[in-house]
Parts: sequence; C-alpha cells; structure tokens
Amino acid sequence: MAEKEVWITGVGLLSSLGEGLDAHWEALGAKRVNADEKRLAPYVIHPIAPVSFDAQIPKKGDQRQMETWQRIGTYAAGLALDSAGVKGNQEILSRMDMIIAAGGGERDLNVDLAIMNADAQGKLPPAVLNEKLMNELRPTLFLAQLSNLLAGNIAIVHGVCGTSRTFMGEEAASIDAARIAVARIGAGQSDIALVGAAHNGDRGDLLMLYSFGDFALKDQYASVWARRNNPGFAIGSAGAFLVMESREHAEARGAKPYAKLTKVVADLAKRKQPGAVTKSLQALWPQLGVSNDNAMLITGATGAEPATADEREFLAQHPGLAVRATGTTFGHTMEAQFPLGLALAALSISRGALYPANDPTGLEVEKTEAPTQIVVLGVGHWQGEGMALVEAVK
Amino acid sequence: MTAPRDKFGRPIVVVTGMGIVTSLGGGKTDNWKRLSAGESGIKTVTRFPLDSLKTTMAGAVDFVTVDPFSSTSLSQRLAEIATEEALEQSGIGSKGDFPGPLFLAVAPIETEWPQRLEVAREVPTKDFGIIDYLATCSGGKFAHFHRRFTFGSVALNLAETFGTKGSPISLSTACASGATAIQLGVEAIRRGETDATLCVATDGSVNPEAMVRFSLLSALSTQNDPPQGASKPFSKNRDGFVMAEGAGALVLESYDAAMARGARILGVVAGCGELTDSFHRTRSAPDGKPAIGCVRKTLADAGMEPEQIDHINAHGTSTPENDKMEYLATAAVFGEHTKNIPVSSNKSMVGHTISAAGAVEAIFSLLTLEHQRIPPTINYEVPDPAIPFNVVGNKARDAKVTAVMSNSFGFGGQNASLILTREPA
Repeated sequence: MAEKEVWITGVGLLSSLGEGLDAHWEALGAKRVNADEKRLAPYVIHPIAPVSFDAQIPKKGDQRQMETWQRIGTYAAGLALDSAGVKGNQEILSRMDMIIAAGGGERDLNVDLAIMNADAQGKLPPAVLNEKLMNELRPTLFLAQLSNLLAGNIAIVHGVCGTSRTFMGEEAASIDAARIAVARIGAGQSDIALVGAAHNGDRGDLLMLYSFGDFALKDQYASVWARRNNPGFAIGSAGAFLVMESREHAEARGAKPYAKLTKVVADLAKRKQPGAVTKSLQALWPQLGVSNDNAMLITGATGAEPATADEREFLAQHPGLAVRATGTTFGHTMEAQFPLGLALAALSISRGALYPANDPTGLEVEKTEAPTQIVVLGVGHWQGEGMALVEAVK
Repeated sequence: MTAPRDKFGRPIVVVTGMGIVTSLGGGKTDNWKRLSAGESGIKTVTRFPLDSLKTTMAGAVDFVTVDPFSSTSLSQRLAEIATEEALEQSGIGSKGDFPGPLFLAVAPIETEWPQRLEVAREVPTKDFGIIDYLATCSGGKFAHFHRRFTFGSVALNLAETFGTKGSPISLSTACASGATAIQLGVEAIRRGETDATLCVATDGSVNPEAMVRFSLLSALSTQNDPPQGASKPFSKNRDGFVMAEGAGALVLESYDAAMARGARILGVVAGCGELTDSFHRTRSAPDGKPAIGCVRKTLADAGMEPEQIDHINAHGTSTPENDKMEYLATAAVFGEHTKNIPVSSNKSMVGHTISAAGAVEAIFSLLTLEHQRIPPTINYEVPDPAIPFNVVGNKARDAKVTAVMSNSFGFGGQNASLILTREPA
C-alpha cells in the first residue's frame, strides 16, 4: 500500500529569540543569539524571550496550574494550531492526535534546598523528610511536573482531544514523536497530528542531571562548532510544535503546506563502542532518500562530547551539505531539539531560502539557492539519534 | 479462524509471551493463583519511615531488591524480570536478540531523594545554594547518577539487555501508560513495520515523595488498617487508590509470523482505542463523554458490537470519582447489556500499579480468557448503589469468557481501552 504524503501545515515557535515565525526569521537573518552567562553562572543558558502568555493561554487559572515549561509548550502549541488554521475548529481538534516529547517539570527549588541543607547539617532525621514534603510541597506542583501534563494542558487549553501520547527520553523522545506521527499518518492510522515539545532552560534544578555527567557548558558562550576546548551544551528554552497531516486531509480543508515531511528514521547506537554514533548516522542516511548531496542540513548538535565529534565526523563525509546548528542560536533544547529543527526546516522551505550561517569556524557555509530538501539531524547527548527529510511540496 | 487478517484487512496481532510481577508475587503462575484466590498484596510499607504520612500502605514489591535502592532501578529490575518470563514463554528470537522494537511504559524519572542527599552531604559550603550544589554534582564523582536518572535510562538498558531493534520508546500516559505501550506495538505490527514488538510497562514508585504527591492530591486511600482492606473498588466506602508496584511484559506478533514459527498463541489484541478528556487535570468530564468515546472507539477498532464483550477488566481504582465515572461510561455504551457483563477490578488485590497497570491488567485479562475464570473484586462488602455493575465480588467466578475489555483512565485526561480475545475473530 502506498504511503500517504505527510505535510507540515502548522508551525509554532517560542524561544529565546522571541515568538512566531516572522520574529524567528528576522532574528536568524540577523544572526541574533540570546545567551546568558550570568543568571546561573558559571553555566551558560538561553532564557525564554519575554512573552505574555495571555495571548495563547487566556485563563489565568490555567496559567497558574502550569510551570514555565508547560506554559511555553502550551503557548507554542497554540501558535502551531493558529498557523495551521485549525485553532478553535472543534471538529478537527476533537479528532486530532497528539504526540508530545517531554521531560519533567520544574521542582520547588527552595523546598529542595532547605531539605538538602538541613540534611547536610545533620538536622534531617529520615522521618522528617516526609513531614517537610507533606507541609511544604504545593499540592498542584505534581501536576506541573508530570511529563504527560504538557499534553494534558494542551488538551484543556486548546481542545486537542483525539489522542494524547507523551514520549520521554531526552532528545530521542522528540525524534520518535515525529517518527511515529509520520508513520501513523503515512499508513492511514491518523489524519492530523500535533507534534512537539517544550523546554525551559532557566532552571537550576534541571542542571543537576547534566552536571552529574559534566555536559553543561560553563563560563563562556561560543558557537557549537567552536567548543572543542570547552565542550558542553548551553541549556536552551523553546516550545516547538508542528501540525502534520496527510496531503488529502490538508487539501480537503484547503490548507497550505509549509513543507512535506518525507521520512523520519531513528536508532540507538551502542555508544560504548567508539564511533558508534557516526556509524549509526551513516546507516540512517541512505534511508532518507536524499537526492542531492548538496542539500542542506539543520542539526541539533549539542556541543557535548563525544557525541558532537562523532557527528562532525559524519558531516565531514558529506562536504557538500550546507549545515546549520540550532545549538549555536538556541542552545540545547533537549526534547524540543528535533521539532525545533523540523520547524526551522519547514520555515526555510516556505521562505525559499536557508537562513545565514552563524559559525566562526567555517563549518557552516552560505547557500543562496532555494531549498528543496533539508535534512534535520538529532543526536542525543547520551543516547539515541535520528534524522528526517523535509522537502518542498511539488 | 485461520484468517491471517482482521476484518479491516490489517495483520492480526497476537500475544505469544507474557511476564508479570506484582505485589502478589513474581510470574504468571503465582500471580494467577493468588489473584483468583482473592488474596491481597497490599501491606504496610516497610521501605521507609511513615511519620507524617496519611497513607501508610501500598502494594510494594519487596521481594525484589536493588542496591542501591531507587525507584528507577526497581522499575528497571521489575521490567527485566517480567520481560525474561515473556521471552521464555514466547521463544522468539534468541538471547539478547529480540527481532523488533521496544515500547516501554515507565514513570517519569528524576533524581531521587537518597541520591540528592548523598550529593548534599558533600557540598563544602554551609547554607549552600543551587550553584554550590551543582559544583559538587560535577567533576565525575556522580556521573553514575546521570546514567541512572535520564528519562531514557530504563529503555536504554532494556534495549541493550534484550537486543530490541531500533529506537526504544519510553512513554507516559499516566495511569493508561501500560495500555498505550500495547497500543503502540499493535499499530506498528498493523502498519507492517515489524512482525514482533516487545511491550513492557513497569512501576516501582513507592517512595516517600511519590506517596506525598499523590496524597496531597487526595488521591490515595487512608484506610490503613487493615492494609489489605483499603482498596475497595465499587464499594460505597471507597476513599482512594492504593499505590502499587509491578511490571507486565507482552510479546506481540503478527498472527502470520507467530503461526510460521509454530508459536503458541495466548490471545489476540483485537482492538485498542483512546480518547482524551480535556475537562480537568485530575477529574473526568461529568458527562463521561470522553470515556464513552474511548470505549466506543475501541469497539469500532475491533469491529465488535457491545454484546460481544463478556467481561470488563475495569480500571476500578477505588477512587470515589473514577469508579462512578467508569460505570456511567460503561452503562452509556453497553445499555441493557451492562448488567450481563461481569466486571472486576484487579486493583482490589494488587493495588494501582500506575504506569504498569494497563499491561498488568491486560495480562490478567488474558489469563482470565485462558482459565475461563474471572478473578474477584475483593473488599466488596458495601456495594455502592450508584454503581450497579455486575461485580464479581469477593470470590472468583467461572464463566464463559471470549472477549475482555480492559480499561485505563488516567490523570491528564488519558483514556485508553483494549479488547482482548482468545482467538482471532
């Protein structure tokens, strides 16, 4: 059975650069970067740009029930629905499928630090932990933390109510979210889906996990490709959502495509073996069907090692590619890494140009012709890798 | 019954291996024996101090130990035990080489308190803030905590151990997660992407913070004494669910592939459905429409009529709201037939295994089909007149069972249902 063509008909972006497609296109053109070396110094982060959440989350009560990552995601999801022209369309929203990639939400750092300090000073007998948690945690905080409650909030605020699935697992979660959505639409198991993720990088509690592995970029911001001597990722902030639908479904409702999402592939390299990521990417590449080795590629390369070195080696085998690293501009947005890449690929195709390079090392080169194929690449800082082919609709 | 495709022309999805761990024990044999005998696995928690807690019992799996303890490590271990049992029964692939993808339902992961405090004790400054704390986190001494507490860690380790193919998917749809893992597996086989999938659901979340969080939402039963009496689905005096641990693993295969290798078919996943409830973060729509829609979609997916369902393995959490809503939704779909359908909730005995529940209960449903005996809903002493289900109360019931509906309804509006049958329709 022939697979159905999958179109990207809606794109929603909120990030450290601002909100909406025009603002992003303008900022990318101007090579603007919003990195902050002071807020959580020595860690470099990319905080979310100032935004009034009211525009997409009108009820203050809803906003209060969310933490920042959920507000970012719910906001960007609303932008995507607007851009696809389905916002408020009950008939479509009630059968729209949703696949979200999510980590966990903000903890109450004040409560955590008080408990940890008490313990370090010998003032926390085991029994007192319960008491502190019972008395000091806000009851609704749990709902702001649960991974599946970003999807829950999108359902409540925007009425996306067909199905709801939340994938977890850092970067790979978002690659798989796109992969499964495309497979389902391609096979006729779904007509239209909302796919995306949200990440808030302005979080000390979040840095804990990445500090354990020494993955977080410290001291000084640099382009992803210029971090060889000071590797690491700067945690980024973004909500990136896409409306994907079958060509038939889009045409029947008169929706215009930004681009076509032809294929998403993913794998899990056995990273204990050196170079495994490079080999895995080599094996995935021919599955995409890239017809032009001078195509363009948007990567979520994190700047953390050894994953970035492995990816660099893979890219070196495709010297004709015009590469753009989202990590330089947006930081590493973890679960949002891959939908952010897809969004920028769809945006570039719809604007008929690839945005300019932003890389002092020269790995990224300028490309003036209109893009017809853009590969989106995602390599997890610790596990999982995948890629997608985004194409202009013929 | 030799039709290789279902009535919609899709590959038929069968179950060829099952593995289970709950508070009742490890393995299908022990679990079924104790479940059908109406025994409870709920006990007073001994894993940590209970001071200041309103709820002091759970269906913790204490006979499986991991060292050092973390809920994440326990979740992984439970998943491994269940998967080993499922693979052995199925006989598919070879050791460390499963010929298909992994779909894993697992609770959201974060660094847990014992590990947080271990780091805190090493911070050199007094009255430290987050930046001082982060400095102690880094440097490599605690690198193993990164490996343990990434969201993808359990799936990564399972994928390596069992040699599943491709990118393993970790998912959470709250209390429906186990059902979603099965659904993803079914869809992949129906798409023809693979002949086999490993669908695993696990939860080892009985730790102080998780209990506190559910407790603060007033979701847990506080009827601590006796602990085995706390979970009483469909009873008038029910007051909340009981947290529990467990894991379920299922090997799904296309009927063709299973027949070709001469595998024993344990049952069929005839249909799956899901429908989101957007009413509230923790409560369901008062009119029950989303749950009704979920059940209807599942019947439609299986191509079955309500009258063909002869048992419902209920979500039956024992919370005041869930059980009432589940009855309303069921009655709306099944109408007059509702009273003919024996309904039971495994959670009365094993508690609510949360992320694992959908898979654990799918396995119990398949065992019900195999043994033609419906496990009881224990603690059914004061039936709730507002829930006139045909409850299999307190004692197992022998019955002709050909098709079971297993429901999962969770926080965040997550509704998912499965229909399991003995043989292909």
